[in-house]
Amino acid sequence: MAFLEFKNVNLVGMAAGVPSFVANNLRPLPDDDVSSDYSPEDFVKNTGVLERRITYTQTTSDLCYHAAERLIADLGWKKEEIDALIFVSQTRDYATPATSGLLQDRLGLSKNTYCIDLTLGCSGWVYGLNTVTSLLSTGCMKKALLMAGDSKAVRPMKLSPLFGHAGTVTALEYKPGAQGFRFHCGTDGSGYDAIIIPDSGCRNLITPRSFQYEECEGGKKTRMQSRMKGMDVFSFGITTAPKSVKKLSENYGFDYQECDYLVLHQANMAMNSMIAKKLKLPVEKVPSCMHHFGNTSSASIPLTIVTELKDKATTGKRNFLCCGFGVGLSWATVSFTTENLLISDLVEVDEDGIAS
Amino acid sequence: MKSLDEFVVLFAEQLDETDPSSVTAQTKFRELDEWSSLLALSLISMIDEEFDVALKGDDVKNSETIEDVYNIVVSKI
Repeated sequence: MAFLEFKNVNLVGMAAGVPSFVANNLRPLPDDDVSSDYSPEDFVKNTGVLERRITYTQTTSDLCYHAAERLIADLGWKKEEIDALIFVSQTRDYATPATSGLLQDRLGLSKNTYCIDLTLGCSGWVYGLNTVTSLLSTGCMKKALLMAGDSKAVRPMKLSPLFGHAGTVTALEYKPGAQGFRFHCGTDGSGYDAIIIPDSGCRNLITPRSFQYEECEGGKKTRMQSRMKGMDVFSFGITTAPKSVKKLSENYGFDYQECDYLVLHQANMAMNSMIAKKLKLPVEKVPSCMHHFGNTSSASIPLTIVTELKDKATTGKRNFLCCGFGVGLSWATVSFTTENLLISDLVEVDEDGIAS
Repeated sequence: MKSLDEFVVLFAEQLDETDPSSVTAQTKFRELDEWSSLLALSLISMIDEEFDVALKGDDVKNSETIEDVYNIVVSKI
């Protein structure tokens, strides 16, 4: 049973960067992979995804960079004080080296910065939080940035209308006596192919066949595109996420219904509504941003907080429960309290890389 | 434990455009005009809620009739 607790750490600030271009699912783009199985209207009604932000030029690290600059300025942090940078993404800048190092240099952080990449999707922000809080908890390091997201479309590959691009930054600092973070984490690697890009890793190198379209669940896809066993993932999400929340609260002896907010990975509306219903939580405690941003992978939990709770969570104390679940299959739930959380204004980045 | 007849009623409730009275245990649900992968998700939700069974995509794909689905659900309880 992976239960973990790290004290003496506070989550102090959050920011998110998104492409400025808005794609509307009622008016699909030529590049959108629209299913012949249902109408755009039915897709929006069932998934809850009306709009998403899309870019053809900005990588995850570009979006994270602009969000980080704003967050560091808003917090008034000195860059030389930042001891660690954790980058969680499935869309790194290069096959090698790690993207966290590129961000250390671009942001002008110290050469003493601890940098690692974590390759996780939907569960990634919670796992990243786990890694950061474990690093800060002893006080050897004092300030850290957790970056999480996925981005950038590549023509001619089609785009799934479910997914949007985003890069987020979460700022954490060592604070002796702080209540800290409690985690429950789980993995079922037998479901590795429930969401998978078959080619481009070392197992299946890129060959001409990688670019040919083949029939799979959800339509024709190349072997370079993410493919999903939608029904299996749905079934996994609605069973595993509520259980993980319940296990965490049982293990640490608190009532999860007393949380101020349960922020779920923004999978799709049908799945998230079901999870909230099973946990008997009222809709006002379960914020959602998928209507305007879609499923943004590891960015979805922090993006929801940045876009939906800016006016609600920035004064006083708030008890958060956050649960990420998906590709891996991997899942994790965290409980923590914020006090006067700083949330930066949403950063929009255009195709020339100009942030506003 | 719900009966096959009760399961057929619950199944019919997931459908929007099909007359519930025309739905029987022998209905080949994947041949219904309105059947889609989105409706499959409603079916999975219903089965999770009513039977506490996590249905797989292959369970749906390998079933022909509503009774076939019911039998899979019963085998997983």
